Amino acid sequence: MLEIKNLHATVEDKPILKGLDLTLRPGEVHAIMGPNGAGKSTLSYILSGRDGYEVTEGEVLFEGKDLMELEPEERAGEGIFLAFQYPVEIPGVPNSTFLKEAVNAVRKYKGEPEIDALAFMKGLRETCAKLGIDKEFLKRSVNTGFSGGEKKRNEMLQLSVLQPKLAILDETDSGLDIDALRTVADGVNAMRSPDRAMLIITHYQRLLDYIVPDHVHVLSGGRIAASGGPELAHKLEAEGYADFVAKDAA
Amino acid sequence: MAKSLVSTEPYAAQFEALQAALPEGPLAERRLQALARFRELGFPTTRHESWKYTALRSLAGLTPAAATKSPSLDRAPALLADTPAHRLVFVNGLFRAELSDLGKLPQGAFIAPLTEALDDETLISDEESGAFALLNQALFQDGALIALERGVVLDQPIILTFVSIDEADGRSTHPRLAIRLGENSQATVIEHHMGYGEALGLSNLVSSVDLAAGAKLDHVVLQTEQAQVQHIASRRVTVGRDATYDSFGVTLGAGLSRNEIEVSLEGTGASCALDGTYLLAGTQHGDLTSTIHHRAEHTTSRETVKGALAGKARGVFQGKIVVEPGAQKTDGRMMNKTLLLSDKAEIDSKPELEIFADDVQCAHGATAGELDADALFYLRARGIPEERARALLVEAFLADVIELCPVEALRDELRDRAGRWLAEASQEEAAA
Amino acid sequence: MAATAETVEKVQSLSERYKYGFVTDIETDMAPKGLSEDIVRFISAKKNEPEWLLEWRLKAYRHWLEMPEPKWAKVDFPEIDYQDAYYYAAPKMKDQPKSLDEVDPKLLETYEKLGIPLREQEILAGVAVDAVFDSVSVATTFKHKLEEVGVIFCSISEALQEHPELVRKYLGTVVPYADNKHACLNSAVFTDGSFVYIPPGVRCPMELSTYFRINEQNTGQFERTLIIADEGSYVSYLEGCTAPMRDENQLHAAVVELIALKDAEIKYSTVQNWYPGDEDGKGGIYNFVTKRGDCRGDNSKISWTQVETGSAITWKYPSCLLRGDNSVGEFYSIAITNNRQQADTGTKMVHLGRNTKSRIISKGISAGRSQQTYRGLVRMGAKAEGARNYTQCDSLLIGESCGAHTVPYIESKNRSAQVEHEATTSRISEDQLFYCRQRGIPEEDAVALVVNGFCREVLQQLPMEFAVEAQKLVGISLEGSVG
Repeated sequence: MLEIKNLHATVEDKPILKGLDLTLRPGEVHAIMGPNGAGKSTLSYILSGRDGYEVTEGEVLFEGKDLMELEPEERAGEGIFLAFQYPVEIPGVPNSTFLKEAVNAVRKYKGEPEIDALAFMKGLRETCAKLGIDKEFLKRSVNTGFSGGEKKRNEMLQLSVLQPKLAILDETDSGLDIDALRTVADGVNAMRSPDRAMLIITHYQRLLDYIVPDHVHVLSGGRIAASGGPELAHKLEAEGYADFVAKDAA
Repeated sequence: MAKSLVSTEPYAAQFEALQAALPEGPLAERRLQALARFRELGFPTTRHESWKYTALRSLAGLTPAAATKSPSLDRAPALLADTPAHRLVFVNGLFRAELSDLGKLPQGAFIAPLTEALDDETLISDEESGAFALLNQALFQDGALIALERGVVLDQPIILTFVSIDEADGRSTHPRLAIRLGENSQATVIEHHMGYGEALGLSNLVSSVDLAAGAKLDHVVLQTEQAQVQHIASRRVTVGRDATYDSFGVTLGAGLSRNEIEVSLEGTGASCALDGTYLLAGTQHGDLTSTIHHRAEHTTSRETVKGALAGKARGVFQGKIVVEPGAQKTDGRMMNKTLLLSDKAEIDSKPELEIFADDVQCAHGATAGELDADALFYLRARGIPEERARALLVEAFLADVIELCPVEALRDELRDRAGRWLAEASQEEAAA
Repeated sequence: MAATAETVEKVQSLSERYKYGFVTDIETDMAPKGLSEDIVRFISAKKNEPEWLLEWRLKAYRHWLEMPEPKWAKVDFPEIDYQDAYYYAAPKMKDQPKSLDEVDPKLLETYEKLGIPLREQEILAGVAVDAVFDSVSVATTFKHKLEEVGVIFCSISEALQEHPELVRKYLGTVVPYADNKHACLNSAVFTDGSFVYIPPGVRCPMELSTYFRINEQNTGQFERTLIIADEGSYVSYLEGCTAPMRDENQLHAAVVELIALKDAEIKYSTVQNWYPGDEDGKGGIYNFVTKRGDCRGDNSKISWTQVETGSAITWKYPSCLLRGDNSVGEFYSIAITNNRQQADTGTKMVHLGRNTKSRIISKGISAGRSQQTYRGLVRMGAKAEGARNYTQCDSLLIGESCGAHTVPYIESKNRSAQVEHEATTSRISEDQLFYCRQRGIPEEDAVALVVNGFCREVLQQLPMEFAVEAQKLVGISLEGSVG
């Protein structure tokens, strides 16, 4: 589904990614772990198409298409979803309006007709109920004045509504207490399916106790320094990243 | 435009009388030009947008005396008397060496009265367009020049005391102050404008401040002139790359005062603060008009001005932040808060933003009104008598802004003066 | 071939952007070009006006000749040649139509195309419309239904014939003829406009609305609207405006006077979408409007809501004189300028009575090479005991070549009056746009979404039907502002 080959990227002319390779197949959940500054967030922004990140070498294919050629909204249309580390506040735009705009934009991209407004609202309320989110949530402005936990839950709501093919979760556990973490993880687990791939970017192993990945990778020095199963995460938790950082420096 | 109430002719006469005493040379010609432009322009009227709220009616009663005398004075009052400082004293606009103490200056520092540099062409700027600044250009006789070479850091503050002695009507003095800090140099300049006597007088100060890259100036101006004095001060400041201009103005005196400050943030990373307070009572009129031009990227400005008005006093705050095209990443913030302590006091506030670049963060705010009734009640409910409760709240209101004074050593003095002012103002209010 | 196709495409995309730019081909009755006392007399005679009004017009005209052009606004345009315009243009009609069946079908079609059906069976339920075409009112709907409750809603020409005493009593009492150059010109040459009178204690059963359309070339539109809400009454009034796309500038100098007596409330909403000119600033309407409301009675309330997206130049300051004790003035504004548009707009809240309150919420969006200024006055008079004002002015900038300026005047002569003013200016947030785009929303739609959010507090003040329309307008006005 997603193939990253020898990816080099810079931010403000500073090289961050230096030859990253990664392949995700449908149904797989991959975790990328790494120390601060390893380029974890850079990877998520490059995959989603944010300005200011320049790919200098290598390629990224999504279902065979060159992802780097596409605008952010086109990537979303193709089925890529990024759960933001810091979800953005948009004052004055109700959550429900925002979601409807997004769903219709993606449908339009795929050449599907717009969704009926009433049916959409009904579906939305059902999704909320399933995720244990209060309906009032839908009337509030997007992330505006939300607590950290509410913001992350809102990302899960959007994930459930948009049903992407590839979900990238960028430090979704940051700023969450254990209860909120559990709720968010439940949301993510419910989204696991044979057609969907997930890429979980995290600094701590904590989240991976709740969302158990199929593969774990260590991102260090702009490259995948090691790959393994869930046990790798536990090893990292116990031993830290020092090993990889040192190796990289050497 | 309506004709001004105040005639320019007596000032032309003053110029005639002074001319002989002024040095010859290229500057003499420029003085004549300035006078001609001043006469053409006339004194501003309230039909000029920037003078909308300040009428010069009271200036009409003043006929400037031809000759400027510097009356005898044994001792000038000293701010921060116990602190070592470079002190310059001016009486009725003229430097008085015997009252001054320049102290020991480090290498590369130059502080001197202007009398020694009256033919220095750089003292006059062709950009001047205001009537009072032009009048000063024509008539200035003395003042101070402060220049620091690259990297010079002055440990002691420079304290300039301007004393007005008005025993007879007609003083018309036009001091000039030039401050030039070289790259990465640092100084603290404190101006104190005060006086004695009950007669009509005009103090018309012009200052220019020029900060080269990385320089830092802390600049405090305390104005406590007598009630019959018209105090006009025009200041032009340019701030270079990564240089910092921190200023704090206190307006307590003068029947009519106008402080006009124009700051130009010229270099990337330049910043300025124009904070201050005005405490006015009786029939005082105090006008603070400022313009901050952001002309380069990543420039920052702050302006916090809080004032209290008692009696029939009128306060005017006109602040303008201009972000020029291309001055991206500008951060400009301005706040004006005024407490009206009496039924007859008046505030006119005009905080303006003029923005020609898009990647900016600018904000301004203004409030006017009396003390918060809830806070007052809260204090009284705790047993504090009303008058005392009011005083506490006003003091708290002012304490905030006094904290912004960059010269820490002066804050106590300022708090003290604010406290005394408040006590007098409430007495007056009680009597009225 | 390629070039032609490109041009055609360009023209098409332009007319999509301003979909009201068509011209109605209709025979027109016009006054000779230019402005003189004779033209003033011509207009007055055309309208069969009483002598006092002609005298008033002539007084205004003579005063206008002496008045200087107001220069203080931050707008820039060449001197207006007042002699190069027509001051009266009316679609030819045999007689004043008695019912909609007698109105020229071309006119009905025009309004239909603008989305304002005038035939009652097709009409938006609950909205009565007065349609003004160039200089005259061509139709007013639901008149009879309104008459049943005593509400007078008609063109001001008709009011002058049917209710001259009411017009005479109130006309020019809020905006005197000598108020400013543009209002003075309007007083001399106004040709039509709407008149509303709500009798005591009546809550107007439907929204009243006037739709202004400039059609004829080289024509100025000078309408005058007068709304009186008698004691304890309520009315909500809406105004909309469009014009064809033309290369030359056309002048629109309107005056609106609102009078709210004791316990009365007037809610006045405007969606202004005059032709803004093309991308290079060619053509467009000069919209120089004087709008003022007088809260004459105690506990009265006047609320202005405006969505200003059109016009090459906008110069307007809907204001409130808060004379009655406890009276309330509100100003909710969205102004959007794009391309070469210029807008200098804001409000004046003059607090004279005790415990008067005012609220100003202004949202300005500048894009392209446009310049926009918020200019506002809050004045607390010496007798305005306990008065309150709250002002919030936010500006959003889209693109590096536009300007946004804020010029508030705050004057307080009363210690017990509280004034609070806040203003911010910032760029549309990259983070917000990226967030939207990551969810699949294309960039232009993302801008419209974020801007609509920014304006929400004001949009909420609009009556339902207009809010939806206005929301779409926000998006359309900003087309081409990114990328």
